[in-house]
Amino acid sequence: MNVFDIIGPVMIGPSSSHTAGAVRLGYVARKILGQRPVKADIHLSGSFAQTYRGHGTDKALIAGILGFPPDDTRIRESLDHAEKMGLDYRFVCQSIAGAHPNTARITLTGAEGESVTVQGASVGGGSILVDELNGMAVHVTGQNNTLVVLHKDKPGAIAAVTNFMAYSGVNIGSFRLARAQKGGTAVMTIEVDGDIPEILVENLKILPNIIHVVLIRAV
Amino acid sequence: MLTYQRIDELCQAAEQENATISRVILADQARQLGVEEQVVYAQMAQRLQVMRESAESGMDPALRSSSGLSGGDASKMLAYAKTGGIAGPFVNHAIARTLATSECNAAMGKIVAAPTAGSCGILPGTVLSVLEDGQCTQEQAVMALFTAGGIGTVISSQATLAGAEGGCQAECGAAAAMAAAALVELKGGTPAQSAHACAIALKNQLGLVCDPVAGLVEIPCIKRNVAGVMVALSAAEMALAGIESKIPVDECVSALYEVGRALPASLRETAQGGLAATPTGKRLKQEIFGTAKTDE
Repeated sequence: MNVFDIIGPVMIGPSSSHTAGAVRLGYVARKILGQRPVKADIHLSGSFAQTYRGHGTDKALIAGILGFPPDDTRIRESLDHAEKMGLDYRFVCQSIAGAHPNTARITLTGAEGESVTVQGASVGGGSILVDELNGMAVHVTGQNNTLVVLHKDKPGAIAAVTNFMAYSGVNIGSFRLARAQKGGTAVMTIEVDGDIPEILVENLKILPNIIHVVLIRAV
Repeated sequence: MLTYQRIDELCQAAEQENATISRVILADQARQLGVEEQVVYAQMAQRLQVMRESAESGMDPALRSSSGLSGGDASKMLAYAKTGGIAGPFVNHAIARTLATSECNAAMGKIVAAPTAGSCGILPGTVLSVLEDGQCTQEQAVMALFTAGGIGTVISSQATLAGAEGGCQAECGAAAAMAAAALVELKGGTPAQSAHACAIALKNQLGLVCDPVAGLVEIPCIKRNVAGVMVALSAAEMALAGIESKIPVDECVSALYEVGRALPASLRETAQGGLAATPTGKRLKQEIFGTAKTDE
């Protein structure tokens, strides 16, 4: 928290939680997909479902999925931009049990056929928390540079990643691990201090047992 | 983070250094962020510029929000302000600028949340109005935003700035308190006078509920921003006249927090009580959202 969180952020209105935070959620989902999205299925829960039209939450989520930042004046016309940019989208209002009141579950399909489901909430003041990726628990706030590493649940997979980060001089600020089932797919959420070089991400991708690595820069 | 946890600490630091509150905040933030003071100053100058652009674009008579509930009132106010009105051109232009910024926000325009999007009209309505009226320099206006930001940071850490937690007193109330302190500094008042202005503004908005019609940041938020500007102006004028708040400012901040906790949930941004629950409030909600809703 500093003076620019108080005199700021610069954003597109009308609501930091229902508009600015929603842009960030869409943006993080796009980053996790890692390619141009062509289809978006968006489930809205709680307050998001109740008021999304009046707050422009739908426009905000789509804008983020198109890669627009929270202060981009194109957000207001993002549904038109979606059509021009070849994004097919659908909104469904459906309560998600136990979820934060401002929750969206976004399933994106990319131009290269990849698909990802990201669930997250706008937790106030434009801040977000993405807490589920393909049904697995993650913890992405978008405040720090974060690596999301999908990997096989095999011995040594975590050590290989963290050792490589240590050699590269990257300090880990927080680490979380979750898996779908024993011996199946698992996911690490690693928040780091400072920058993460792109080359590190490329090198992590070729380690054994690593399925996919996504770098989400602070947004 | 800010080094100062209380507004009286902030005032003491300023008085000891024979500096303004804004100088203390600027130096502190540059240190905390690990950058040069010019960098921090330039970032704030950019925010003032965005405020100016929001206030200009909101004057468009054709502007409307997505819900259709708001837009176009700033334009009416601007036309009226040119006639002088009751309170004179300064006050009426300030009202127009406040409406314009809040209507710009409602219409999905670009704004500076200060401290929130719902209360974004109050600093432009005050600080920017003093600048546009030729009563201060651009640099003084930028510095005044640091004073406002410092006060807001303390309120955020000692109480809350979220309507869902503390009602509108935590949003428009805090914004008016921030603006009052900034206005005093702009007119050459002392840090202690800024603190008194801040206290008076907080006291005059304790208990203000957050009851947005249909849950949207429009009714009554837009006009409450204007009320916040009036509270800030009168608090600053009183403090500059030498009038003091008998209740110290930090105790007013604590009172804001306690009052917020005592407010029922229906009056904390849930759109269940107050104006949202009036027959007209409910009818407007029905017209905007219809009956097709979530399965909750």
